[in-house]
Parts: sequence; C-alpha cells; structure tokens
Amino acid sequence: MAKVIVVTSGKGGVGKTTSTAALGAALAQRNEKTVVVDFDVGLRNLDLVMGAERRVVYDLVNVIQGDAKLPQALIRDKRLDTLFLLPASQTRDKDCLTAEGVERVMAELRKHFDWIICDSPAGIERGATLAMRHADIAVIVTNPEVSSVRDSDRIIGLLDAKTERAERGERVEKHLLLTRYDPVRAERGDMLKVDDVLEILSIPLVGIVPESTDVLRASNLGAPVTLADSRSAPALAYLDAARRIAGETVPMTIPGEKRGLLGKLFGRRAA
Amino acid sequence: MSIFRFFSKQTSAPTARERLQVLLAHERASVGHSDLVAVLREEILAVIAKHIQVDGDKVSVKMDRGENVSTLEVDIEIPLNARVRAA
Ligand SMILES: Nc1ncnc2c1ncn2[C@@H]1O[C@H](COP(=O)(O)OP(=O)(O)OP(=O)(O)O)[C@@H](O)[C@H]1O
Ligand SMILES: [Mg+2]
Repeated sequence: MAKVIVVTSGKGGVGKTTSTAALGAALAQRNEKTVVVDFDVGLRNLDLVMGAERRVVYDLVNVIQGDAKLPQALIRDKRLDTLFLLPASQTRDKDCLTAEGVERVMAELRKHFDWIICDSPAGIERGATLAMRHADIAVIVTNPEVSSVRDSDRIIGLLDAKTERAERGERVEKHLLLTRYDPVRAERGDMLKVDDVLEILSIPLVGIVPESTDVLRASNLGAPVTLADSRSAPALAYLDAARRIAGETVPMTIPGEKRGLLGKLFGRRAA
Repeated sequence: MSIFRFFSKQTSAPTARERLQVLLAHERASVGHSDLVAVLREEILAVIAKHIQVDGDKVSVKMDRGENVSTLEVDIEIPLNARVRAA
C-alpha cells in the first residue's frame, strides 16, 4: 500500500531537499516505485539536486490547475527507472497550491506509487502545512543546534494537529533524522549530543547523517548522495535510514563512534 | 577505483558551474517568453488540439535543455477512429 512521507523541519537549510533525494533514491533502489514531490513552490531545488533540471516541462501547479495531466508532469530518473520527480513551479507563488488540488494529486499518486516523498519548504506556512497534510510518515530533519531543535518541536506539534491523520484521530508516524552531524564538534562537546536531542524531542531516531563534502559534491553533480557515491558516510546513513522507514530493524551507528585510541583520549580530555 | 574517485571528486565544481549556466540561461529566457523550446511546445500542442480531441494522457511531452542544443519530443497517440475536427 502506498505510503506518503513528508520531509520537514520548520527551520530552513537543515537538509530537507538533500534528504528527500537521498531517501527517495534509496527506497527506489529497493525496487519500490517512488516519487519525490517538490512543495517548495517559487524556490524549487529538488530538480537540481536530482539532476533533472533540464527536463522539467510541467510542474505541480500545472497539474493542480489542470494545465497538464499528472503523468505528463512526472519526470523519470535517468539512473533508476523506479524513481520519479514531480517538480515545483519556479515562477508562481505558494498561493497556487490549493488544498483540494493537493488532495487530488496525492490521491492519484497513491494509486501509482509505493512511496510518495514530499519535500517541504521551510517555515510553518501554507506550503509546509500542505506538504504534511496527507502524510502517513514524517521525517523531521534536525541539526544538532538549538534553533533547529526548537523549530522541529514546533513542526511536531503541527503534525499532531494539522494533518489529515490527526484530524481522523490517528497518528502520523514520526522519525527524527539528525543531519549535518559533526563528530569532531560532538567529541569536543560543542554540539548538542544525540541523546540530548532525542530526549528533548522524544521521537524515535531514524538516522544520523554526518556533515560531509560528499553531500556538496553530489549536489554539484546532480545526483542524490545515495547514488553519487553509495559508499560514502552520508550515503550509508541515508541507506540505513531508508531501510528503517521501510520497517527493517537496522542497528544505529553514530558517525565517528569507531574512533581510534587517539580520538578516545581527546574525547576524555574534552569531557 | 580510488584514483577514479579522487579524480572525480576534483571535478564536481566545473560540472555544477556548467549545469547552472545552462539552467539559468533557459530560466532567464523563459521569463521574457523568449524560450523558443517552450513557445514551440505550446504552439505544437495548440495545433494538435485544433485537429483532434487531445486527451492529456495520450500526449507526452519531453524536453531536454542543453548548452547548445535543446530537444523537444512530442509523442501523441492518435486513435484509428480519430475524426478530423472541423477547424
Ligand atoms: N550532511 C551534510 N553535509 C554537508 N552539507 C550538507 C549536508 N546536508 C545538507 N547540506 C548542505 O546544506 C545546504 C542546505 O541543504 P538543503 O537544501 O537540503 O536544505 P533544505 O532544508 O532543503 O533547505 P530549504 O529550507 O532552503 O529548503 C545545501 O548546501 C546542502 O548541500
Ligand atoms: Mg529545500
């Protein structure tokens, strides 16, 4: 049965689009039909991160306004034939997204896909609430940093109030994805600890993605990091997270945890 | 493998630059409605609609915007019994 995932955060620039592309490719690699949907109308970026920017013909707003049929707007990935992109409009503003329109598109996508991953815009306004509206699962992208954690808490509140599931008295399955995690700063004690974030937000952890230049390189090349270099540290973290989302039990590893003696000594000294 | 990875790691910025140049050239053109590929696409679809009942599911449009050459691919399924519309 189709599952709708929203990738959301409240705070901007924490890694939602990066995560949407990486998780989308990871789920599609399981041979499950996956579509990544860009809800960031006016500031689309998912097409660039996916490397499909030259092939955009129609977008979500065109489909909502009836200018194009859904299959016409879907772009099939050149590397994985189970992966599709529904781009956002670059030229219009967020008011073009209507609640009924989004509902129609989501219902149609559910008929054709196993996984529908919605890349939410930052903020808590219309674009963000519409992106989460039909979600069964929420991936809350958080950086180990105070303002990001606070915004995530805000978003968790919205997920419990403003989604279709919440209104039906059901729960949205929530997962915390910690990104841009810097093992060196964690070691020094200059960054919120994983346990601290988990305790504050009290939702289950689905993965820890390290800060890495592999992410930048992947976006330069126009490939989800899980495809650009599937053996890089961030790719491994996203691949594991995707397996957990799909219901598998995978042991969690904290980046930098397998440190050598030197690292351990430094860690102790800092503590 | 490792040499290749090292090499390709060095070359991601030029790729980014080239992708952006192509993309922005097309985006700027489309603001001024001088994006020829988009204009052709709309006019071709309008001509088709003039002659046959266009069912959105039966028309697929693909584009690929390149640096020097763009491609436009319009794939239309025309049923055998499609009537010529009185234009
Ligand atoms: N694990 C990481 N390591 C290094 N850089 C990262 C990582 N994750 C994301 N980034 C970088 O952070 C920046 C923002 O990422 P991204 O666009 O995915 O965030 P976003 O939450 O979608 O932003 P917005 O709120 O603007 O939509 C990008 O430049 C991206 O390359
Ligand atoms: Mg984004």
